[in-house]
Amino acid sequence: MRGSRAWVDGLTVLIAIAVILLVPQLLELYSVINATIYVSMAVLALSLALVWGFGGILCFGQAAFFGLGGYTYAIAAINFGDSNLPVLFAVALPACFAALLGYFVFWGRLNDVYLGVITLTVALILFKFFNATAGDAYKIGKAALGGFNGIPATPPLNLPWDKSVQLAPEQIWYVAATLLLLLYYVSRCLLSTHFGQVVVSIRENERRAELLGYDTRRYKLLIFTVGGAMAGVSGVLFANCVFVSPTMFSLSYNAQIIIWVMIGGLGTLSGPILGSVLLQMLTAELGTLQWLDPNFVLGAILVVFVLLIPRGLQPLIAALGERTFSGLAALGFRRRKWIKP
Amino acid sequence: MDFGVIVVLQVLVAIAHLALISIGLAVIFGMMRVINLAHGEFLMLGGFTVVIAANHGVNLWVAMLIAAPIVVGLIGIVVERLVIRYLYGRMVDTMLATWGLSLLIVGAMTMTFGNTTRGVSAPLGSVAIGRYQSSIYELTLVLAAAALFAIAYLLFRFTRLGLIARATMQNAEMADSLGISTDFVYAVTFGIGAALSGLAGGLLAPLTGVLPTIGVAYVAKAFITVISGGAAVLAGTASASALLGTLDTVATFIATPVVGEMTLLIAAVVLLRLLPEGITGRFLRRAS
Repeated sequence: MRGSRAWVDGLTVLIAIAVILLVPQLLELYSVINATIYVSMAVLALSLALVWGFGGILCFGQAAFFGLGGYTYAIAAINFGDSNLPVLFAVALPACFAALLGYFVFWGRLNDVYLGVITLTVALILFKFFNATAGDAYKIGKAALGGFNGIPATPPLNLPWDKSVQLAPEQIWYVAATLLLLLYYVSRCLLSTHFGQVVVSIRENERRAELLGYDTRRYKLLIFTVGGAMAGVSGVLFANCVFVSPTMFSLSYNAQIIIWVMIGGLGTLSGPILGSVLLQMLTAELGTLQWLDPNFVLGAILVVFVLLIPRGLQPLIAALGERTFSGLAALGFRRRKWIKP
Repeated sequence: MDFGVIVVLQVLVAIAHLALISIGLAVIFGMMRVINLAHGEFLMLGGFTVVIAANHGVNLWVAMLIAAPIVVGLIGIVVERLVIRYLYGRMVDTMLATWGLSLLIVGAMTMTFGNTTRGVSAPLGSVAIGRYQSSIYELTLVLAAAALFAIAYLLFRFTRLGLIARATMQNAEMADSLGISTDFVYAVTFGIGAALSGLAGGLLAPLTGVLPTIGVAYVAKAFITVISGGAAVLAGTASASALLGTLDTVATFIATPVVGEMTLLIAAVVLLRLLPEGITGRFLRRAS
């Protein structure tokens, strides 16, 4: 029974690696860059999948960490001239910020709505702040923050061992896609540890977990911090294919992430990744139509999903897959019971 | 002296502004526990109603005080019947569904009216205070906000409808067994909340102009105000508006409007850390 699961996993990895290798061969440069943006956002969706889907923490301001990661990377990279330390900073700073905010929130024992509103408020404060940083007064070292326009010339990543070689867009695609795959498996491993199990049990019933002797605040803080760090990674990748600007903190970004996770499937890791890529492709496609507003379609999709498919796409696809497999089994393959992830 | 008067007036205007954008939400979230993320769009729709009606020759006051609340109230009832009623008690799902609704409304309005700002000019002209000018319409808004809160309070506190609404929100099953049609009460309460939002949006339209995406600017502030207010919704929202509005204006006078807005947001976060139950969780407990 375990075997069939491992078999599916192996197949998934092979397909993922094939996709990673094939995308730059098959697509034009413009599409490769777009694909990199999708993947960087998928990392962001994954971070919220962890925090919300497994930690039960409805963070409405996940983009705050995403934006902080991007800005930290851009500012540090402009000042240092290479990308080794800046990448580390860009993960560490959002993580620390998440830890600080989490301390504030979890030790205050704020629940659903309050937590959502506070995290959203923090993201909006950052949005307002970075919007107001136009002019020479706001310079960190050599990097001007640039107000509403952001920092247009974000230096790309370089090879860790050779600072003079900056990565081309195709290479950034490889880095981003590999990171996504890696972080997906890291998240899965994390959830299968004792720590991960406790986090899930807190989502299921916080009071019970507490009565069993777990300090739920610490577990929530840790998963929140991990989510912040992962969002930081996403910010770095995004800064490498677009550039950093205050919109990274905006309400629409914050909401998009939630929509991706919801539509992909709350409580799964693969669903939000799928959801984010599908919806971004859809939005891009709709953006080319003159008469139809992408917001309209996105909104309609979201309402329909909440009302009719509240568990999201991933469970739907998994059920379909199961049916196909049992169909195949009936045709003479060895019958295996499907284990849900 | 003149400057002092102006500052005080500006503080009052800021408070009224916050109170107006929050009052509909105070009813919908405070009473029904529905997180209505389409609240900003209700305000926007109220604004649009006023601008369109006024541009078609309807008297501005009729458009603001009658057309806007009726149109948005009806839209609210439709929304409640089509979407919200399936989601009572599922807070997160309501939040997501209303978010979808908000995007949908913004999209529909953008497709219909384009992404441009429209406006009507504010009536009543201005008054001179010493060396400064102040818009009479802005000052009228202060009175309007106070009147709206008074009406909402009287409505929910002293009328039969208000009594039934409060009873239903406290214990829907009990109200149901006593022969009250709870479905109807929910729809009407949501409609009243939406109508209040529409009215507020209409009143603000001459000052801000209307734009399909303007709701985004309101929704976060409104939520912060209502949640900082706490359990006693109307009193809470009023006192939170007073506190946050004052801080905003004072910081704006000392520094810039951006600092003012940031002060407001930071103050709300700190406030919620100190008083997780909101202002009326600690003070004014017996108010409603």
